[in-house]
Amino acid sequence: MLVEGIKSRPVYAPLVARPGQLHLMVADAEGAQAILDLAVVAPQGFFLRAHIIYVPRDGAGSGFDKRLAALSPGALYVGPTLAASLPRLKQELANAHMGTQVYLAGTEGLIGQAMIIALAAGIDHGSIQAEHRGSEARRVQCVHCKGITDDVTTQPVACSHCGLVLLVRDHYSRRIGAFQGVCIDAEEPGTAPVPEEVFP
Amino acid sequence: MSVKSADKTPKIDVEVMEIRQITEQIRRFRFEPVSRKPLPVFAGGAHVVVEMQDGETLRRNPYSLMSRPGDTDGFTISVRRDPAGRGGSVFMHDQVEVGSRLRISHPVNLFPIDRRARKHLLFAGGIGITPMLAIMAQLTEETQVFELHYGVRSELEGPYLELLREKYGRRVTVYRDDLGEKIPLAEVMKGQPLGTHLYVCGPTGMMAWVLDSASQAGWPDQNLHSERFLAPPSGKPYQVRLALSRLTVEVGTHQSMLEAIEAAGVDAPYLCRGGACGQCETRVLSLDGTLLHSDHYLSDEEHQSGEKVMPCVSRFEGRELVLER
Repeated sequence: MLVEGIKSRPVYAPLVARPGQLHLMVADAEGAQAILDLAVVAPQGFFLRAHIIYVPRDGAGSGFDKRLAALSPGALYVGPTLAASLPRLKQELANAHMGTQVYLAGTEGLIGQAMIIALAAGIDHGSIQAEHRGSEARRVQCVHCKGITDDVTTQPVACSHCGLVLLVRDHYSRRIGAFQGVCIDAEEPGTAPVPEEVFP
Repeated sequence: MSVKSADKTPKIDVEVMEIRQITEQIRRFRFEPVSRKPLPVFAGGAHVVVEMQDGETLRRNPYSLMSRPGDTDGFTISVRRDPAGRGGSVFMHDQVEVGSRLRISHPVNLFPIDRRARKHLLFAGGIGITPMLAIMAQLTEETQVFELHYGVRSELEGPYLELLREKYGRRVTVYRDDLGEKIPLAEVMKGQPLGTHLYVCGPTGMMAWVLDSASQAGWPDQNLHSERFLAPPSGKPYQVRLALSRLTVEVGTHQSMLEAIEAAGVDAPYLCRGGACGQCETRVLSLDGTLLHSDHYLSDEEHQSGEKVMPCVSRFEGRELVLER
């Protein structure tokens, strides 16, 4: 059902250790593994200048927080939710200078929402590193009511705000950090296909 | 021999209204349009290509505009006399007088400011100050935050020191070679607010030093801006076959491939004529020999592939070169 080749669809790449005075890292769930993988190849002393913000989500039991702490980063904050953790990123960026590198890892919802904050701090999106790990669940904005539904795993999906059944598209907005959802049965309401899990 | 150019890009006929000696080596020229119609608007960082009919040779050199963006009555450039160069700057100094007529291109900007920047950090060396003068005038009008770090050989050889001090005061720091002063790069770059963009124009070595230092300090490429026009190097004469035009042209020792193509009456695209913009990129159909790439537009892989060439600055050595032109 997805249209291929949509240019706004974000492209992710493995995190690379870049030179910098401060390495701001934001990760959720299995995104921690991207940071642990980075640690294997990062130069010595790299993590002394790293501030890690980590949201375990459902993977709390997997012990990622302890493994991140074992990297001895300059600072590590383990937050209960992304919403509770993002103000911390905002604060760090408010005090940051040039020479700050931003690394995002985990679900696309985390990457998109952390990127909004980094962009607002004056960082070009091209210089923000992002590596997708874990769930493929999407953050979707309903084009009809503008409401946002987090962690969408099915296609189609009912908008959590207005209830319309949405086709989740590859069209992505960096400004709002979400994919576009468009009513799938507008012409003949009630004819929407049965949702299937396509973003596990 | 034909010296007429087949170049169809729009040009502006201008008259030299004023010439000022700025330092021993540098002269400032003010051009106004012969038509007295307003000139095109440009933004800080833009340049024009000045055409000079030097005997049988048509010279075309890019020069940064240094006048205030928004001034459409005239354009101002500064030219450093380079006796070791190919002759354009010497022509400007020795042949061009008040009242002389020249042709210039429309302004082209390969060095624009990034308007999303929270702050603009400018570095200039010597004659590299010219685009910065226009950029600073624009930033001032737009009440943007900026600072300039400016390296000169000496007080006497430093263009526009007085003007800069008077107009910009503490936003300008000057470093003099003759006093052994050097831009304290590490200190200047440290503590700059997030979203600062860096701009550098000056000698090759200085530009590489500033850009490398910034990268090492963790400045992303997106925040680094530089401009460097290369002069086409001299070399052994060679022949180029132009497949589409069904012509074979001779490239002389002091001529660029682009100049030879133009002299043969072929309208070849160009903008900067200095290996920076990519406009003149030409496909190589076949070659038996070596391309001597000088541009800094194509990637290393593209240079090695032998499939493309930038005829404004690059040369060829060997038996035969066939271009899709």
